[in-house]
Amino acid sequence: MVRKLSAALLAASLFWLAGCGSSDVSFNGKDITGLMPDLAFSLTGAEGEKVTEARYQGEAVVLFFGYTHCPDFCPTTLTALAQALNKLSDQEREQLRVLFVSVDPERDTPELLAKYTAYFSPRVDGLTGDQEALRALTKRYRTTYSYEEPDKNGNYLVNHGLAMYGFDRHGKVRLFMRNDQPVDQIAEDLRALVSIQ
Amino acid sequence: MLHTLSGALTPYIFSPITVLLFLVAVTAYLVGWRRLAAHGRAPSGWRTLSFFLGVLLCYTVMHTQFDYYSRYMFFVHRAQHLVLHHLGAFLIALANPLPVLAACAGERRFPRLAAAFRPVRRVLFDPLVATVLFVGLIFFWLTPSIHFDAMLSLRLYELMNWSMLVDGVIFWLVILDPRDPDRAGTSRFGVRFLMLVAALFPQILLGAYITFADAGLYDVYAICGRAFAIDPATDQVLGGILTWIPAAMMTIIGALVVLRLYLRDDSKKGG
Repeated sequence: MVRKLSAALLAASLFWLAGCGSSDVSFNGKDITGLMPDLAFSLTGAEGEKVTEARYQGEAVVLFFGYTHCPDFCPTTLTALAQALNKLSDQEREQLRVLFVSVDPERDTPELLAKYTAYFSPRVDGLTGDQEALRALTKRYRTTYSYEEPDKNGNYLVNHGLAMYGFDRHGKVRLFMRNDQPVDQIAEDLRALVSIQ
Repeated sequence: MLHTLSGALTPYIFSPITVLLFLVAVTAYLVGWRRLAAHGRAPSGWRTLSFFLGVLLCYTVMHTQFDYYSRYMFFVHRAQHLVLHHLGAFLIALANPLPVLAACAGERRFPRLAAAFRPVRRVLFDPLVATVLFVGLIFFWLTPSIHFDAMLSLRLYELMNWSMLVDGVIFWLVILDPRDPDRAGTSRFGVRFLMLVAALFPQILLGAYITFADAGLYDVYAICGRAFAIDPATDQVLGGILTWIPAAMMTIIGALVVLRLYLRDDSKKGG
């Protein structure tokens, strides 16, 4: 009786943890299959239109949070992503989209975002939304952001997550890359992400 | 004002299992308390207060906006675990809640359930097992790679917090059991003292290590964004100190309670 009970308990807890599976491909970054929820959001696109995950159905997606006035991490990470994208074949690149989500909607208008992302690569889409939508999305991917006090010119820094989240073409979460992952390794991971059918 | 208060009390991520477990614990305690009171054996006022204070503290750090800061600041996370594993768990165990919870069943007896529970209790309440688990869980969840995963996965995060609370309550129940060890068959006071000493030094070492290690030991907070701007090194030093000093102080307070239990027991038997 006791043995059965403890066996059942063990099985239940294993089942509970079994959600943390892994992909068939291997990544240089961290495989987070099952660790986080699938891609879902409701944001504003470059024309001010509503954009959801449905637009990217069939494409692998890399999600990254930042803001255009960012002095350090955002431009370096986007540059690294653009360089990695250039290492892919045209065919691979067309199956991949980078979503740069601004957590500073106050300053980042859709036009400004579009101009900023175009500077890096045509495969980068700039999205933003109201605080409610941004809080919901950052919470979904275990990250947060906050604003520092503005200086006398009204400029302020934004604290935000530095990770890149990779989703396969079905919107399933797969990959977690740190901002300091070398370009070659990012390219390899992007290729692996696209290869998941 | 009211709006801010309700905002602060709203859980960052609503957890049905947390609400359920807290409700079950409080309801069972209240029912048991009333049954005992009906027979004139209600626990003393300070024990009742200790139980509810402990439960309230644990609920606050797990299921209000405090939890938001715990997820995105290392030192707040350490404060959260200090409450779950030490302060809150200590207060709950100090209330000696097991007789009250058992009284919840009233006259009914569940022999099969009791029989199933007995070996589990024998293992988990064993002084060696309880001490190893108490220290081991602190080290386990603070292993940087495991800590990283726990902060990314909602389920691992819940498992981490609940394992800390349950383990803390078990450890302090062994330490603070007010019954006479000769008659109840509980751990002797000298053994409890050794348990506390054995738990004290690894915690001091770990706390000191985190405090003095190079910044970036727990880089998940840098990668996932902090709740407010703080120098990462400061965050880690504060977290290290919280792991080190208040945790060690709780151990000393535990030793004082054991000493008092011993003196009371000794004077009873001597007199």
